[in-house]
Amino acid sequence: MTDTKKPLLNDTFIVIIFAAAILAMPIWLDPIGGNYPDLLQKFAIYGIFAIGFNILFGLTGYLSFGHAAFLGVGSYAAVWSFKLLTMNVIPAVIFGVLFAGILAAVIGFLSLRRSGIYFSILTLAFAQMSYNLAYSVLTPITNGETGLQLARSDPRILDHLFSDSQASAGLPSTDLFGETMSGYPGFYFCAVLLIICFYISMRIFRSPFGLMLKGIKSNQNRMKYTGLNTRPYMLTAFIISGMYAGLAGSLLAVTDPLAGAERMQWTASGEVVLMTILGGAGTLVGPMLGAGLIKYFENIFSAFDDNVLAQAFSFLPDSVVEFVVPVVGLFVGSGWHLTLGLLFMVIVIFLPGGLVEGFRRVVNYFRSGGNAKQQSVEAQNQAGE
Amino acid sequence: MGDLVLHLDNINKSFGGLSALSDVNLHVEEGTTHAIIGPNGAGKSTLLNVCIGRLKPDTGKVTFAGEVLTGRQPHEIAQLGVARVFQTPEIFQEMTLLENVMIPALSHRDGAFRLNATELLSKQGEVREEAEHILEDVGLKDMMMVEAASLSRGDKRRLELGMCLILRPRLLLLDEPTAGMARHDTNQTIELLKKIKSRGMTKVIIEHDMHVVFSLADKVSVLARGQIIAGGDPQSVREDPKVKEAYLGGTT
Repeated sequence: MTDTKKPLLNDTFIVIIFAAAILAMPIWLDPIGGNYPDLLQKFAIYGIFAIGFNILFGLTGYLSFGHAAFLGVGSYAAVWSFKLLTMNVIPAVIFGVLFAGILAAVIGFLSLRRSGIYFSILTLAFAQMSYNLAYSVLTPITNGETGLQLARSDPRILDHLFSDSQASAGLPSTDLFGETMSGYPGFYFCAVLLIICFYISMRIFRSPFGLMLKGIKSNQNRMKYTGLNTRPYMLTAFIISGMYAGLAGSLLAVTDPLAGAERMQWTASGEVVLMTILGGAGTLVGPMLGAGLIKYFENIFSAFDDNVLAQAFSFLPDSVVEFVVPVVGLFVGSGWHLTLGLLFMVIVIFLPGGLVEGFRRVVNYFRSGGNAKQQSVEAQNQAGE
Repeated sequence: MGDLVLHLDNINKSFGGLSALSDVNLHVEEGTTHAIIGPNGAGKSTLLNVCIGRLKPDTGKVTFAGEVLTGRQPHEIAQLGVARVFQTPEIFQEMTLLENVMIPALSHRDGAFRLNATELLSKQGEVREEAEHILEDVGLKDMMMVEAASLSRGDKRRLELGMCLILRPRLLLLDEPTAGMARHDTNQTIELLKKIKSRGMTKVIIEHDMHVVFSLADKVSVLARGQIIAGGDPQSVREDPKVKEAYLGGTT
């Protein structure tokens, strides 16, 4: 019983810290320019997306390249719920999760017949099929390339049932029992769901079910000859992870009620892979960190232009500034992908465990004063995280 | 003792025209240790692969305790109480020894699939105790928080044996459990296997090391070129001229 020093209390502690950090984001992101509702919502939503993706990829090692399909389905289902039923976000979220779960069951059932690269290609193929369906074939449902939007003439049965005076001008906005879901309220709604999702993911990591998924990642043959049927375990993990993506998709629609086919494109699937690996696949908080970092880069770095840079480097002599600004300029503004690419390469090469492994190494270094032996022991003790 | 529990009837298996097993008949008594010996390439591992469902025989069938194993999924066969130690240890390299043994322990408790995502692993006290007990049996308890990948080859085999034992199998198939071990480790493994002999499970063991075979086996079958050429108790097999010619004379 050497590791009983990690009891339940510790996990509760992790959730409380996580919740506090998420809910306080408007405060601590303020100095680094991350405090505006739009970006905060994206942090929370893509955090959910990445945490869900990590349940599949981090635990079982099956790399899905088609998770954007579930994100898209979640969005479409949510917008339809706004159009047909009510502007309340609760049904929208429920339908988003439900439909994504159904699609995940179908795609997972077919794709999980293969493993490794074949599984990745199958999921990619299904996602691209979904994208093309949404873009052209299913235009009556998805409104094709224009994207699905709200209209004043939408039936909204439930809303009309309970209040017959719907004469207000303009489009209605999404709400949670009267509270409009844009701006900060929208962020807090997403944040609360993110915290719940984080808690569920942690419970899965800590459960016998999670242990089995890790076993599948480690040695699927041994699992079979141990008497475990790996297929239903895999499928369940795939569906859970698809439902997370559906939730994220429906939240995108909650904060901005429209859905377009581009949300299903392979770049969106690739993005969540990047987020997870950048933060640390198989770790609890890693995917959240990765999602935050990528969305931060996307929004902040891409907004930098030469004027901002010239100001930032104004302490240097003019001749140096003239040289530095164009070079650095390549990596910000529309070139922010370049920075992201470099960062990704550095992390994959030097820190295969992602940002979380980086933090762990730093912490261990300070704790043990550079004693290598103790480091490895601690790494093992924390391996469960 | 005395009841036949494992039957292999008329097993044929060939790989692309090369016959690996031809018309193999083997019957194993309950509670005994049955050794299969034979030169390299005789088809010994193929025989075990047929038993656990990794390979499908071309013809013939395998029955264990009244259940036909042929055609079943590997996990179903395992759930019927058939466990196997592989020639190269099949363990969970990236996980701790405790986790390595917890997985089969949970499989034994919960069956082939159970959606227990809401339970906490840290609350599975009984399973954990059982796992620690097994690790103690195979002499690895001190290292239970160590990653399995860092074990020596001999320890990995013992871990795998522990992973099989915690399933409480009725039939244990061992594929060269002492291959590549130093003499000291081999003797330890023999002691361990003798200890579990008393638990009344049936064992089929493939072995090159005659020292191991004669200290463990109740019955020996000799496989050469895909056929059983001799069988019986160890002493009579040792003296069989056919066996000497095919195997013992050449290698020992």
